[in-house]
Amino acid sequence: MEHVAFIAASYIVSALGLGLLALWLLMDNGAQKRALAELEARGVRRRSSPANPARLEERTP
Amino acid sequence: MAFLDLANPTRFLSYSGRLLPWVAGAAVLVLAIGFGLAFRAPADYQQGETVKIMYVHVPFAWLAMFAYTMMAASSLGILVWRHPLADVAHKAAAPIGATFAALCLVTGALWGRPMWGTYWVWDARLTSMLVLLLLYLGVMALRAAIDDPSRSGRAAAVLTLVGVVNIPIVKFSVDWWNTLHQPASVFRMGGSTIDAALLWPLMTCALGFTLLFVALHMLAMRTEILRRRVEVLEARAAAEAVG
Repeated sequence: MEHVAFIAASYIVSALGLGLLALWLLMDNGAQKRALAELEARGVRRRSSPANPARLEERTP
Repeated sequence: MAFLDLANPTRFLSYSGRLLPWVAGAAVLVLAIGFGLAFRAPADYQQGETVKIMYVHVPFAWLAMFAYTMMAASSLGILVWRHPLADVAHKAAAPIGATFAALCLVTGALWGRPMWGTYWVWDARLTSMLVLLLLYLGVMALRAAIDDPSRSGRAAAVLTLVGVVNIPIVKFSVDWWNTLHQPASVFRMGGSTIDAALLWPLMTCALGFTLLFVALHMLAMRTEILRRRVEVLEARAAAEAVG
């Protein structure tokens, strides 16, 4: 195959670039999920969260 | 109204959570089929086997332009309607679009060396694509430079709209100027000039990369929504600790 090194380099660079991007996005997603879970475990919740006692009180007639 | 209902961060998290594994799976499947077709496709009569680089280079170029156009549409959502999901979509698309633009330039250079005898020339198509990458980096840098998220979103939206003028320049540069880069051969008046044996693998790879872009963008948007919730809760926890 002609110019095989250039073809292989293109596919390797593409796989590396997209692989690193996907890995970074997945790690960032995991970090945010952990941070949110940590805050909720400390009792800090969103006002609109169904588990928020204040919101349940508002809803209860 | 139904569209606005869908553009609610909580609803987006719910729908995208269900859709994301399917879109990601479809991307992997379509890309596997696309590369299978690409590596069985015949060599080009001029480029030889080097045409195989086109199966990644061309989709990267299309998606780099598509992502920026989508960011420009989101910019209108930020500036006109001040919709939080438009800001999330804009911010999430920038690093993905930048990656596609960078990969387009690198794979183009790796194709150019054996075909043109050089990795780079300052012709209009290559230069405008480099400008597109710099615009992506500029938008990300601008967001990072301003602490207030609302102000940084609006500033990035304005820069994106100013830069959108570069998209038709990238597309039509090969028609407007005398470039070393070949003219359009897929989306052009009069139809594609590429033989079906090469066009089908190219379009399959393009569909696969588009699905991959959608999956990555959905993931990045979900992360950004979570990040904003974390920031709000951290601020509330800090305020409660002080008060």
